[in-house]
Amino acid sequence: MSFSVGLSTYLLVGAMLFSLGLYGIFAKKNVIAVLMSIELMLNAVNLNFVAFNRFLGNESVLHGFVTAVFIIVLAAAEVAVGLALVISIYRTRKSTSVDDFNWLKW
Amino acid sequence: MGTTIVFFIFAIMAVAAAWGVVTSKNIVHSAFFLALTFAGVAVLYVLLNADFLAAVQLLVYMGAVNIMVIFAVMLTLRGDVKESSLETKKWGLGALGAALVFIMIALVILTNADWRIPAQAWSGQGSALAISELMLKSYMVPFEAAAILLTLALVGAVILAKGVKESK
Repeated sequence: MSFSVGLSTYLLVGAMLFSLGLYGIFAKKNVIAVLMSIELMLNAVNLNFVAFNRFLGNESVLHGFVTAVFIIVLAAAEVAVGLALVISIYRTRKSTSVDDFNWLKW
Repeated sequence: MGTTIVFFIFAIMAVAAAWGVVTSKNIVHSAFFLALTFAGVAVLYVLLNADFLAAVQLLVYMGAVNIMVIFAVMLTLRGDVKESSLETKKWGLGALGAALVFIMIALVILTNADWRIPAQAWSGQGSALAISELMLKSYMVPFEAAAILLTLALVGAVILAKGVKESK
């Protein structure tokens, strides 16, 4: 097989994960599923950072890898606060459907 | 050759599991598919010589984030679990938008000749040393900011989820 896995292959995998996450954010009713879709998108971005660093960078300067670590930290903080909000809202509204979250309507 | 096979097995696994996350009507299944996606991406990190990141991915995403998601799912589950994660009425618009975004990104990737490159060989001595050098020297301020952010997020999450008692 002459085909070798290049940078564009990894980027395509990242694009697929990102698009699936985007679809999940638009289409899902349950707010926890929306948070999961956000995690998918963050993972796709991480994959792109690492792939670019691996193929276009050099071995001793790993800026892409460090950025990916920071994104993982942000994702962990985001999901902690997001899920705490979900549980807090669930306690008062007894629902996790985004259709019921309509306080801010005029 | 071997890495190509491993890449395709785990890339297809990750994308298929991501498909399962967004299409499954059962939110518990979605949560476990999410773990499978994280594992697949971790294997891709190993193939990209990012050994430290693969370990972080497994520990933080599969070990912490996913368990937290599963806990939230279990705490907020009501009614029939088989229909706990339905689509909204306008899911077609979302599918259209996501498909357009994917086509656009794929066109950019496939037409850019600079990115059609194979991997240069790395010595494979591990990336943890170089990452720590960067993190404790040029990225020191963001590193400390991330530490503060994590502390604040932890405190904020506890306050939000537990509620604050009215002080007298």
